[in-house]
Amino acid sequence: MTEVSVTKDAAPAADPLVVLDNVNKHFGALHVLQDIDLTIARGEVVVVIGPSGSGKSTLCRTINRLETIDSGSITIDGKPLPAEGRELARLRADVGMVFQSFNLFAHKTVLENVLLGQLKVRRTEKKLAEEKARALLDRVGVANQADKYPAQLSGGQQQRVAIARALAMDPKVMLFDEPTSALDPEMINEVLEVMQQLARDGMTMVVVTHEMGFARSAANRVVFMSDGRIVEEAQPDQFFSNPRSDRAKDFLSKILHH
Amino acid sequence: MFDFLDLEQYDLFGAFWVTVQLTLYSAVGSLVWGTILAGMRVSPVPLMRGFATTYINVMRNTPLTVIIVATSLGLYQTLGMTLGGGDSKEAGFRLAVLGFVAYTATFVCESLRSGINTVPVGQAEAARALGLGFTQVLTLIVLPQAFRSVVAPLANVLIALTKNTTVAAAIGVPEAALLMKEMIENESDAIFLVFAVFAFGFIVLTLPTGLLLGWVSKRVAVKR
Ligand SMILES: Nc1ncnc2c1ncn2[C@@H]1O[C@H](COP(=O)(O)OP(=O)(O)O)[C@@H](O)[C@H]1O
Ligand SMILES: [Mg+2]
Repeated sequence: MTEVSVTKDAAPAADPLVVLDNVNKHFGALHVLQDIDLTIARGEVVVVIGPSGSGKSTLCRTINRLETIDSGSITIDGKPLPAEGRELARLRADVGMVFQSFNLFAHKTVLENVLLGQLKVRRTEKKLAEEKARALLDRVGVANQADKYPAQLSGGQQQRVAIARALAMDPKVMLFDEPTSALDPEMINEVLEVMQQLARDGMTMVVVTHEMGFARSAANRVVFMSDGRIVEEAQPDQFFSNPRSDRAKDFLSKILHH
Repeated sequence: MFDFLDLEQYDLFGAFWVTVQLTLYSAVGSLVWGTILAGMRVSPVPLMRGFATTYINVMRNTPLTVIIVATSLGLYQTLGMTLGGGDSKEAGFRLAVLGFVAYTATFVCESLRSGINTVPVGQAEAARALGLGFTQVLTLIVLPQAFRSVVAPLANVLIALTKNTTVAAAIGVPEAALLMKEMIENESDAIFLVFAVFAFGFIVLTLPTGLLLGWVSKRVAVKR
């Protein structure tokens, strides 16, 4: 597993896939994202960490434009984020998203959840789509649950289905917003293992998480956010053992104490 | 005791059949138009939201009798609209359906909207994140779940509609209430029996509707 965490330093990435340039966003008077510059290289795994309310979710959501930005620019694979419309929908299909609360479609079976995007967005042929859906469900370890409804699954199983649902679109990048925060402790690892495997397979990932084990073993870089700013960027080992900023030190001391 | 009920003279079943037809056509129309209105009310386009909100506030607060009479006096007699020809009887039926749809759709829309509110926002976001457009999110994710959660309220709307069709008597549609009026005039000595017969007729129509849809409501509920 260590060979994954080989080193890319925080220097400008060689093959940029997601580029945020001077991004600002307000919620009313709250300046929730402040001058965010962040470049994510193809194949890179970036863990975003920081106190609650620091803007991590908002950052994720701006990357596939679930939230609009006030100024600055976001490009994905060289193309700026389009405004509303068909083109935006196409872009969203290329950016997979996994939410803290799973958000599976409650009226559809597990298999239908994984089929929907392929059939309605990619317009894949039914048979091919189903083969792919079953393969993905197998890959995340829930193949035997294909015909159940989300409410019949455990949280860990639901989140793995949500990952399969996102992967079915062949996304260029996957965004994870605290994917294990809503899970009972005994289910966290089954989800992290799936994510670790994804990272090993070379998926570009942005992961908001406080799971340090995952950050250490799978991330190329840790981005620490506080009050809407990126305060520190470093390799995981360096960040956890020797944070430079006071705010990061303060934050780590809090999460390490329990 | 049932001499007053001369089925040669009074076409009771025919009249109730018209009531049933009025109800069915109006129900289907209201469901379609009410769903479109609900879509408009949650749409990102301000003009659509504004239109739907205004429409609902006007229609829902106008007495049904006014709407039905307006379709007849306004659309038919003044503007000459017959909605597809035929004699004044057929035109009256269609105009009444139009009026019922215009009115009942507002209640369908408001029920549906409360159903839409039961669908977690996260599911719509997840659908958008997959690349589905607004209409797809609405028709594939939100409305199917919204409908399942409002079968019971929609049953109430349907029962109210069934009874509301009696207003069509005001423009001469030969449904149950018009026949009742005629019988009351001719059979004044059996007036309570006349009432009882028509009340029973409506109960026969609405009670099974309520029971059936109550059962459906439990069957289709989305587990969360
Ligand atoms: N839709 C919204 N409207 C108004 N304020 C919001 C909205 N979403 C988030 N916020 C606020 O923005 C700040 C950052 O939120 P968020 O990005 O969710 O932080 P994090 O994920 O780091 O906990 C918080 O103060 C939150 O209350
Ligand atoms: Mg968050």
